[in-house]
Parts: sequence; structure tokens; C-alpha cells
Amino acid sequence: MPILDNLWIIPLLPLLGSAINGLFGGKWPNKIVNYVAIGATGLSFACALEAVREFSQLSPQQIPFVKQFFTWIAAGTFRAGFDLQIDQLTVVMLLVVTGVGLLIHIYSTGYLAHEGGYYRFFSYLNLFMFFMLILVLAANYVLLFVGWEGVGLSSYLLIGFYFLKKSASDAGKKAFIVNRIGDFGFMLGMFLLFRTFHTLDFNALFNSVAQQNSATEPWGQFGTFTVACLLLFMGACGKSAQLPLYVWLPDAMEGPTPVSALIHAATMVTAGVYVVARSHILFTHSETALVVVAIVGCATACFAATIGLVQTDIKRVLAYSTVSQLGYMFLACGVGAFSAGIFHLMTHAFFKALLFLAAGSVIHAMGGEQDMRKMGGLSKHIKYTYMTMLTATLAIAGIPPLAGFFSKDSILLSAFNKEGGHPLYAFGLLTALLTSFYMFRLIFLTFYGKPRYDEHHVHVHESPWSMLGPLVILAVLSIIGGWLAAPALWGGTDYFTNFLAPVFGSHEAVEAISEAAAHQLEIILAVVAVVAALLGFGVAYWLYSKPTGKPEQIAKSMKPVYNTLLNKYYVDELYAAVIVKPLMWVSRQIFWQAVDVTVIDGTVNGVASTLTVIGDGVRHTQSGNTRSYAVWVVVGAIVIIAVVFFWPEARTVVGRVQGLHLPTLTKMVRP
Amino acid sequence: MIPTHYYLVLSAILFGLGVVAFIFRRNIITIFMSIELMLNAVNLAFVAFSQAWNRLDGQVFVLFVIVVAAAEAAVGLGIIILIQRNRQSLNVERVDLLKL
Repeated sequence: MPILDNLWIIPLLPLLGSAINGLFGGKWPNKIVNYVAIGATGLSFACALEAVREFSQLSPQQIPFVKQFFTWIAAGTFRAGFDLQIDQLTVVMLLVVTGVGLLIHIYSTGYLAHEGGYYRFFSYLNLFMFFMLILVLAANYVLLFVGWEGVGLSSYLLIGFYFLKKSASDAGKKAFIVNRIGDFGFMLGMFLLFRTFHTLDFNALFNSVAQQNSATEPWGQFGTFTVACLLLFMGACGKSAQLPLYVWLPDAMEGPTPVSALIHAATMVTAGVYVVARSHILFTHSETALVVVAIVGCATACFAATIGLVQTDIKRVLAYSTVSQLGYMFLACGVGAFSAGIFHLMTHAFFKALLFLAAGSVIHAMGGEQDMRKMGGLSKHIKYTYMTMLTATLAIAGIPPLAGFFSKDSILLSAFNKEGGHPLYAFGLLTALLTSFYMFRLIFLTFYGKPRYDEHHVHVHESPWSMLGPLVILAVLSIIGGWLAAPALWGGTDYFTNFLAPVFGSHEAVEAISEAAAHQLEIILAVVAVVAALLGFGVAYWLYSKPTGKPEQIAKSMKPVYNTLLNKYYVDELYAAVIVKPLMWVSRQIFWQAVDVTVIDGTVNGVASTLTVIGDGVRHTQSGNTRSYAVWVVVGAIVIIAVVFFWPEARTVVGRVQGLHLPTLTKMVRP
Repeated sequence: MIPTHYYLVLSAILFGLGVVAFIFRRNIITIFMSIELMLNAVNLAFVAFSQAWNRLDGQVFVLFVIVVAAAEAAVGLGIIILIQRNRQSLNVERVDLLKL
């Protein structure tokens, strides 16, 4: 098993690519940078495929396959190794990350062909791949955290890629700082887990949890599991843009569009879901944590979807849509349907990456315009982009038989089946309706109607094949990606859930209803979901298919609601007033003006000025008058003699200093 | 035999005179001479102790002091001649370039 035994090669290849491009790429033409970047990612993808092939030949006892390469930190009983592992969950993540990553690398060569800093972009993008692969392959929380922080760093670098633009560099900082808040919780969670279980290796940790038969902590009891899970979930909230830490993701759209597709839609932001799924044994031991995850996910899904209804920037709509879909995944985890969450993660990676890339193609065609109010009628000019984007829209809206339908359906079903999960289901369904509406609104505004741009200045053109190729592949995946779970609909096996069963196994939510009733329920819920999606489509069609002025009328008649949504519930303003401004005030007035300027600078300057004052006084003794120097010499001699004669204790001191034996000396003088 | 402290008192008086002259005279040559006076006052004390304790160390030390004084006189007189050439004066108060 050449690759499985050398799993490190999968993350190492992008790291090499990043280093080579970062160090030498500046002097190379774009073509060579392409070869290095795509070569590294492509090889990594090939290695991942080979690893998966070898993985499929392992016997169940060998899974999860853990390989220890070297000890990274050893302190007392604590060991954090560079250990990589592969199990079914990792396989899914590995293929999504390398596969989608490769497609987006290819797309980027077309998208950024005329941009400056070309090698820098690919160096960062490869660096991201490296950290993301470390994250999904890590076999302990510490190494996972390395990847976790690393993807945050790459995200920061890529959001601020156009760093000369103030808004872009601000958005980068915002993303980094908001993530720090979550990471703080994540680290505390790790510390707590280590204190309780004395290990952070996934295998050892989860086995000891499973073997100890620890009691599940009921609702309201804040034991170790609950606290640790909530802390881990805090980190997940930051990384995966959930309430209340979602604010950085919409701003992250300042980065180049391929970055939004890869990092802020398909892979990095799903890391939170991955961590929750990876720690599912911990989460299932705490009722409170699961309920919190479900409620936060559901609330985020609904909340972000409503904001998405009125946004006019094409990428912002997609950003809020991403936040909303991530909420779905957490909802799935929260109701115990981890494999449904991971399934949605995978399908979402396909269609959301496609949506972003297609949006990038639209922006490319419009010469940089992102405002949907200035588009319209583009379907004639950019057919392939239109077709692929429509596919993705149908997929995300949940129209069968595309991928989104199956994954969303299984989440809604799990929520419905969960005890007391009907409100969650209701909000999930509402979100599905809203999703369908804002996505079709996007399609109608962008591709239908009359052109609202200046046709003399904007030269709409289809993108090159380096961009369209990935779009087509992703469109195919968006269509067929869901079929893995399709047989479940007519009572067969859900291949995806079966595949992940060794990981999540018995921890999945147990459905207490009979097979036939369950199947019937499933069909009913699927129909309801499709009706909701069609309803959203209908409303969007009614409002936006022709320029009727109806949207404006509605906006006018519900001005307070519309303004609230347009301003994203004033959350940014709220955070600015409640957290940022007081923090700035404290930093400026207390830490800077009081502590730094007065205390620290004051001490340093005070020492210096005291010495100046002393020097100023003392320097007058150097008068240049030789005779006054003579007087000082004499005075000094007299003082020493006086001390030696009249202060007996001093004699020993002086004697030691001079190496003389003073008592003898005095005896000589006074015989 | 003359008691030791007689010599010591004489030595102290000579030394004191040397100090007073060292401080209050302005002419560099006079100051130089007062230094010689102090050195010789010390020499006297050394010799007196040497005799009182019946040991030779003091007398050997005197020889050293004389040698150092001779060397010092050679260097010092050279400096004095240069000062005279540059300043056309032997007043120490005019040698004040190191003043702040």
C-alpha cells in the first residue's frame, strides 16, 4: 500500500507547490506557475484517489487506518504526533477537498489570467490545500488544530489578496479576528478533553469514551461532555460562520471569486461541520450540546436566508446562501444525523462551488460588475455559464433529481423524526422555500429580462474553456452527486449512509417508527419539500421574470422589514456598537493612552530624564579648573583616611578591596 | 635616638605644605614642585618606619618612589614646555579645554 503508508505525501505536494511558486514564481511566466500549482494539486488528487483505492481493500478491523510519522510534541504524558488517519469520513472530505480544489485551481488560471500577483495567488491557494488536507487527515485534535489555524491564515491572505483595497484588507482582518474568538473556545475544549481523558488522539479518546460507558448527560446538565462540546462548537461556529460569529463570511467575498468558491463555500467553512461530525461520540453524550447545535444551525439557516432575499450583490447572495446551507449541516448534526450533514456538505461543495464559479464567470463577462441590478438578459450571451448556473440553482433549491434535493431531504427527514424536532423541521422547510426564492431571483435578475447595463461599454463575452471546463464537471457532479442516497426514496439502501456507517454507526439517530410508515413519511416529506421549492420558484418568477415594478412596490409597502433585511438586521452595527467600539475605546483610552503612554513610556522616559537632570547638575563639577580637581583629590583622600580611622567596620571592607590587612597597618601607625 | 613620631610629624607637615601649595598655587612649575615635596614627605615616612621596625621594605620602596618621581618629572616637564609654547603662559587656569 504505497500511498497509505506514506499518507504525508498528499498534503506535502501542495506545500511544495506553494513553496516553489512563492519563492521562484515571481520571475516565471504564468504558464510555469500553472504547471507547478495545478501539478501539485493534481498529483495530490491522484494520490488521494490511489489512497482511497487502497483504503477500500482494507479489512474493517484496520479502519480507521492510523499512521504515526513522528512525535511532534511530547511533554509528560502528553503526546501530540504528526499522525495521519484515514477512515470513511476522511475519504469523503479528502476527495471533496482535492477534487473541488483541483477544479478551482484550473478555473483560476482563466479567471486570474490578467491579474497581478498571479504566482502569489497560487502560492496561497496551494498553501490552503496543504492545511486543509492536514485538517482532514489529522489523527488528533492538536494536528487538526494546526490545519484549522492554517486554513484560517490562508483564508486571511486570500481575502486580502487585493490588499491595496481598504475594504479587502479590512475584510481579511475581520475574518481572522472573528475566527480567533471561535478558536479560543476550540482550544479550551481541547484542554478540557485532555484533562479528562489524558489524550487528544481521536482513536484513544473516542474508544475510552465508548468503553467507559459514560452516561449521556441529559438536557440542562453541564458536565464534561456538554462543556467540551459547546467549546468545540464555539470554534466550529467561528470557522463555519454560524450565529453569532457568521459576520466575517459575507465580507470575505472581497477576495477573488475562486477563493470564495474554494475556501468560503466548498471546503474551509465546512471544517466546523467536519469537527462536529468527527467528535460525534462526544456530542452524542450530551443532549444539551446537540440541541444547541441543532438550534444554532436552524436559526442560522433561516436567518441568513432572509438576508439573502434582498441582497443585490451577486456574490453576497451566494455568501448568505452558504451561511444558510452550513446551518443546514449543523441542523443535521444536531438532530444526530451526522451522515446526512456530511452528505449535504459534499453536495453543497459541488453546487455551491459551481454557483460561485459561475458567478465569477458572470462577473468576468460583465467586466467586473457584481451588482445584479446592472445585469439582465445575459442568458443569450453566456450560454454555458447560464446552463451550469441554472443546474446549480436547481440543485440548491432542492428540485429532484439533483443533488441538493436528496441531501436536503434527508436532513429535513431527520429533523422531522427527531423527538421534538417539528419546529426545526418547519424552519428548515421555510429556509428551503426562501433558498429557492432567492436563488431563482438571482437567476432572473442576472440572466433574464432586458439588459440593464450600458451595452456600448460592457462587452459581454463567454469565459475561456479553462473556466467553463470546471463549471461543466461541477454541473455533472451537482446532478449525479445526490444519487448515492437516491435508493432510499424507494425503500432501498442509502449508499452514502451505509458507507459512513462504520464511522457514525450506532450513534446515528434511531428511528423508532416502522419501516413502511417511515418510507411513506419519507415520500410525503420529499413531496412537501419539492412543493416548497416550487413555491419559491413561483414567487421569484412572479416578481422578477419581467420588469413589473412589483418588487419595488412590496419593498415600499414593507419598508421597515425591507430595510432591516437590506442592512442585514443591523448585526454589524450592533457588534460595532456593543463590542468593537467599547473595545476600541478601552484600547485607545486605557491601554494606549493610560497604560502604554503614561506607564510604560513614562517609566522609560522618566529614567532617561532623571539621568539627564542628575547629569546636568553633576557636570558643573567638571569645571576645567585644574586646581578644583586637585581639591577633590585631596578631599577624597581625606575622606578615605577618615573612614579607615574612625569607622572600624569599614576597615575590613576597604582592606578586602585593597588586599591589605588593615589592622596590622594601623598597628604600625600607632605602635 | 630620635623617636619615630618626630619623623612622622615632620613628614605630615611637609606633606601638608605640599598639599596647600598644590591647591593654591597657579604656576604649573610650582605645583610640580609641590608634588615632589609630597612624594618626599612620604619617602621620609617610609624611611622612618623602616628604621622603627627594623625592616628593609620601606627603604626599597623609597627607591621605587624616587624612580617614579624621576620619570614623572621627565614627562611632566615635557608637558609643561609644550603648554608654555602653546599658551605663552604657565597659569593652570588657562589650561581648561576639557571644560564642559
